[in-house]
This record gives sequence, C-alpha cells and structure tokens, in this order.
Amino acid sequence: MDIERLRRIDRRWIFLLMAAGVWIPLLFRPVITVKPSPIVAAIFEKIESLPEGSKVLLSFDYGPSTVPENQPMAEAIARHVLHRRLKLYMDAAWATGQAQAEQCIESVIRTDFEDRVYGEDWVHLGYKAGNQGMINAILGGIRNLYTTDVAGKSVDEIPMMRDVQGLRDMSLIVDIGSGLPGVKEWIQFAGDPGNIPVAGGVTAVEALLLYPYYPRQLLGLMGGLQGAAEYEAALVEKYPEYLTDSKALTIMGPQYVAHLLIVVLIVLGNVAFFAQKRRDDRTRKGRAG
Amino acid sequence: MSGTDRLELWIAALLTLMIYSFLYKDNPFYKFAEHLFVGVSAAYYMVLAFWNTLIPNCFGQISPTLVGGVVPSIGMQPANPIRWVPLAFGLLLLLRLVPPVAHLSRWAMALVIGYAAGANFTRYLQSDFMVQVQSSMVPFVVRTEAGAIDVGPSVSNVVLVVGLLSALAYFFFSKEHTGLFGRASRLGIWTLMVAFGAAFGYTVMARVSLLIGRLQQLGDWIGSIF
Amino acid sequence: MRRQIPLLITFFVGSMLVLAMFIPHEPFSASNDELSVWFDIIASFAFILGGGNLLRVHGDKIYRRRRDWIYSVVTLAGFFVMLAAGIVSGARAQGNAMSAGSLFAFLYDAAYAPMTSTMFSLLAFFVASASYRAFRAKTREATVLLVAAFIILVGRTPVGYYLTAWIPPPLEFLEIPNLFGWILAYPNTAGQRAIMIGIALGIISTSLRLILGIERSHFSGD
Repeated sequence: MDIERLRRIDRRWIFLLMAAGVWIPLLFRPVITVKPSPIVAAIFEKIESLPEGSKVLLSFDYGPSTVPENQPMAEAIARHVLHRRLKLYMDAAWATGQAQAEQCIESVIRTDFEDRVYGEDWVHLGYKAGNQGMINAILGGIRNLYTTDVAGKSVDEIPMMRDVQGLRDMSLIVDIGSGLPGVKEWIQFAGDPGNIPVAGGVTAVEALLLYPYYPRQLLGLMGGLQGAAEYEAALVEKYPEYLTDSKALTIMGPQYVAHLLIVVLIVLGNVAFFAQKRRDDRTRKGRAG
Repeated sequence: MSGTDRLELWIAALLTLMIYSFLYKDNPFYKFAEHLFVGVSAAYYMVLAFWNTLIPNCFGQISPTLVGGVVPSIGMQPANPIRWVPLAFGLLLLLRLVPPVAHLSRWAMALVIGYAAGANFTRYLQSDFMVQVQSSMVPFVVRTEAGAIDVGPSVSNVVLVVGLLSALAYFFFSKEHTGLFGRASRLGIWTLMVAFGAAFGYTVMARVSLLIGRLQQLGDWIGSIF
Repeated sequence: MRRQIPLLITFFVGSMLVLAMFIPHEPFSASNDELSVWFDIIASFAFILGGGNLLRVHGDKIYRRRRDWIYSVVTLAGFFVMLAAGIVSGARAQGNAMSAGSLFAFLYDAAYAPMTSTMFSLLAFFVASASYRAFRAKTREATVLLVAAFIILVGRTPVGYYLTAWIPPPLEFLEIPNLFGWILAYPNTAGQRAIMIGIALGIISTSLRLILGIERSHFSGD
C-alpha cells in the first residue's frame, strides 16, 4: 500500500465515497430492527397514560435544514396524540417552524385523521417572534401573544382555546427543536417555572447537551434520526397500522452504512498517519546512526 | 403531479445541484445560489415577523380598526395604547441604519439586553445550576429490593459524581492544577474527552441525516423525469 | 446622558424581571408578561433591521461596482421578490403569508427550504473528509475521544451488536449497545453537566453585571 498516496488522497474522492455510501443503501432500503431506548420510551408512555381530552402542546422549533431528523419526530408525536384522542395545540418559536407544522398537518392530519375537527381536536397557532421571550410571555397568559390562530381567526372563537389561559393548562409540552430557542428554553421558561412536563425531540447534535436535564426536568428525549426511529418503532409496535407512515425507520439503513463508512475512514486515516510516522522515525534514526 | 409541484421540484433540484457543485470547486453556479439564499432568507424572516408578531401584537393593538381591514378578527379586539412604547423602541432600533442618529438605537438595545439579562439570571440560576446540583446528589450505594448492593448503578453513580466534580475542577482556573487538584483536573479532562467523543459520534449522525434527506429529494426529482 | 439612559433602562427592565420571579403578584407578574411582549415586538423589528442592513451592504456593493457586485444584484432580487410575495400573500390570507397555494409558500418550498437543507447537508461531506484527515489518536486523551466516538457510531448498528454478542452474561455490560447507553447516561452527562454549570455561573454573573451597569462594553463604540 502506498502510504503517501493514501495520506494525500484528494478529498473529492472522499466526498464521492460518502455520497455513494448513502445513495446505494437508499436504493435498496434495508430493513433494520430498532428498539426504543428508555429515554424515548418515556415520552411514548407519558402520552399513552394521558386521559382522553388532555392538552398537548407540540412546538415546531426547527427549519427545513433539519427536516430529515425532526419531521419524523413531529409527525409521530402528532399521530400518537391524535390517535389517543388528546387535544393537539401546535405553535412555533422558529419562523420556519410554521411551515413545518403545515407539512405535518398535510402528512398526518389531512391523511390519517380527516375526521378530526379543527378548533375542537387540533389547532395551529402559528409562529411568534421573541425566542425565550415568547415562551415567557405565553406561560402566564397565552393571549399575551396569541390573539389569533395562524389563519387570523380570533382564539376566543376557537372552542379548544376557551379553557386555556396559559401554558400551565397543558398536560404535556413536546418541543421538536434544532437550536435556539428549543428544548432547553422550554425547560427553563416553561417546564421549571410552570411545573409542566416537557419532552423533546432534537437533532443529534443537540441531544447530548440535554442529557443533564433528564429525567428530573426533561421527561424524555428523541435524539436525532435514531430517536425518531425509536419512537416510530414504539408507535408501530402498539399500533401496527402506522407502519407505512414510518419515515425514520426506512432510512436507518443508509444512516448505519454511513456511520460504518466514517469509522473505516477514521481507521484508515490513523493507519496512514502512524505508518508514515513510523517510517519518518526510522529514517530519522538511520540518519542519526 | 401538478404543474406547480413539478416546477417546484425542478427549481429545488437545480438549486440543490448548484450548491453541491461547490464540492468539486467554487464556481459561479454555487455563488449564484449562495447569494440568492441570503436574500430569500432575510426576506422570509422579515415577512413572518411582520405578519405574525408586528401586525397582531403591535399595530393591531395600537389601531385595531386599521389592521382590521386586513385581518378582520384583530379589528374586534380592544386597543392597547401601551404598545406605542415597544413600537417607539422598535423604530429607535431601526435608526441604527442612519449614522447621525445611530446612537439612539442603544435605548432599544438596552431594553433587549435588560430583558435578556433579567430573564436569564433567574432561569439559568434555577434550571442550569440549582436543579443540576440537586440532580447530581445521587447515592453512591444503591441497593436492590432484596437489600443487596447493586454494583452496576452504584459504580455508575460514582462515575457520574466523580466525573462531574473532576470536570468542574478542570474549569477552575483560579488555582494551579498541581497535586491532588491537578490529578482531579486530569480525570476531568478524560471525562470531557468521553463526552466530546460521544458528541462527535452524534454530530456525524446529524450531518448524515441531512444528506439522506437531500438525496431522497434528488431521487424524487430523477424519478419524476423517468 | 448618552450612556446613562440606556443603563437606567437596562437596570429597570432587568430588575423588574428578577423581582417578578420572587414576587409573582401584581404588578410584577403583569409587567413580566408585558415586557416579554415588548421584547418580542422589538425582536421583530430586529428582523427588519437585518433586511435594511442587507439592502445597505449590497446596495453599496452594486453602487460602487465592487468585486462580484453582480451577485449582490441576485441577492437583492431574491430579497425583493420574496418580500413582495410575502406581503401580498399575507394581505390576501388574513395575515397568513404561508397559506396553502400562496406564492410565498411556493417560493419557500421551491427555493428557501431546499437551499437551507442543502447548505447544511454539505457538512456531511466535510465531516467525512475531516474524519479521514484530522481525527488522529496522537495522545491518550485523543484515543479516549476516539474510542468513545467509535462506540457511539457503531453502538446501535447491527455491526456493533454482532461485534460483542459473544460476551457471556455476567459481562454483558461490556457489549457495545450497552456501553452506548451507559456512556450517554453517565460520563457524557457528567461532562455536559459540568459545562452547563460553568456556563450557568458565567451567565448569572454577566447578567448581574449588565443589570447593575458594571458591564458597559456593549454600549461603547457608537
């Protein structure tokens, strides 16, 4: 093996390898079995335990850049909440979250839950600016900011908003996020001061940063595509009719292949590095001798 | 697939390929897409902030009848004159664009900074300090229901607390890291290295997921052609 | 006066918020809510400021024909088209600019969403390249980092499962999938919690300094 060539390989070959490593498994769609971890199962069990008619706030705090990770989480939660006949309140603390909520409505509510009535079973409140200020404002009074829903209808005309004063009326807050504001801000500005259970679904990058909050301040957490797949697996195990709606589960195959590719690249890189280092040391010793 | 959907798919795919062309090398197609992205993003956030917050919560509260012409439900809510204050501060913020009076934007910045400082002071004190310390007070000896020592959780709790204290020792730069303190700090570095290794693994997972999403949509586009 | 008034504003607003936590009654709770709305409104004006600044920077680039000024034309064209679409779409749909079928929603789905996603997905390629070129086990600490990363990367894959499936029951905690969960729950939590506590202490002290006017560097330079 030519160590020097291995060390100086053009990075564009690595890019090509990465693209192939993801695209080829996407074509074949290998089926991978996924088991929910305790931290993800906690969210599932909480929603299962809520009595019919309980209020669940689902906050869309992400954008199109993290849709592959976050959208399956949001849709799985929305599906589960509506299946259990809980009341689904949707909002967004990110400007791009509003569009993702619309996508969730199209993919989940308008396809699987057409019989659910807007304003009685689900409501879309839309986006409000202000990051943690927004959360702080609606903790005490949701009408501090939300005087209308996303379509401009007064919240006082919406039946399921009549007995909602503030966030403390929610049985559960589930935030699907990918940055600031996100799960951390919902814990800090709603969960802790309002004593409201908060669960989260975040990108893998953010997931590890939230582990210190679990389980005292964070009921459960879906981390990255793996977390989304675990929640879908839990949902499908209990309600098999949702198998065909599982987006994350179907792309875990390419995810794992890419992981293994990265491991191989790290090992190869280190092999090349240490082989070169040994050669340089031998050359240096030869010259000194 | 409707004409609009097809057009949307084609525009999305072409812009995607323009951006991916950067992987080969920087080129005018990538620069075009990059600059378009900047302009479109800025406008998107402006529009959402205007319609979702300024109209209902600022202008709609100051003059409901005026705004009611566009959003009828807002026309029915009572006026709230105090919202003239944040409107004034908001306009002061915009004066940052006018150099002779840019210093007046400091008043708006002062309100924003004061709010952030006040809110964060209490929230971080409670959620990120006191409750975190409370959560770290775990037993070093965990017993099973039968009363025997459960080795696994006991060792794990020791790792948690010792790891936390040693990592905190590493961050304490007011004392020289020598002797016992230095060794604790060294252990803290190892704890942090494990955390960063886990973070690297998860970061890879995150980035690969994004790539999978894009390639899926490119696949849909190619599928629509054939 | 240029500095005193902003400092007084910061002190007043910051104090009201801190007091609202300890005295959750009127007028502090109401002022907490109202100040939060003011913050949100000013944050919205910040977006408009961002747009204005974009116009200023790129307008200046076009006017002075600086290098690559033609791309600034693209930026401003995209900006104005999206802005016009958003204002008109919102006016037509009672304030919901993203209503189904609107031009603004179309431009979002056709342009903004794919471009944002693609920009971020580039990172996957650079992570792969960096893994090969830069991730070296040169020191013991780097080796610990590498081993932890390896366990996390393969931990939930079939390979990770089969690599250590042979381990007998008393030592099954050493199986990679089990190590995966343990690393996240214990050493990772310890490290992240230490960082979190450190940051919290920094934010608490900086916030106090800002409210009391001891920290003033953000007001200088204008």
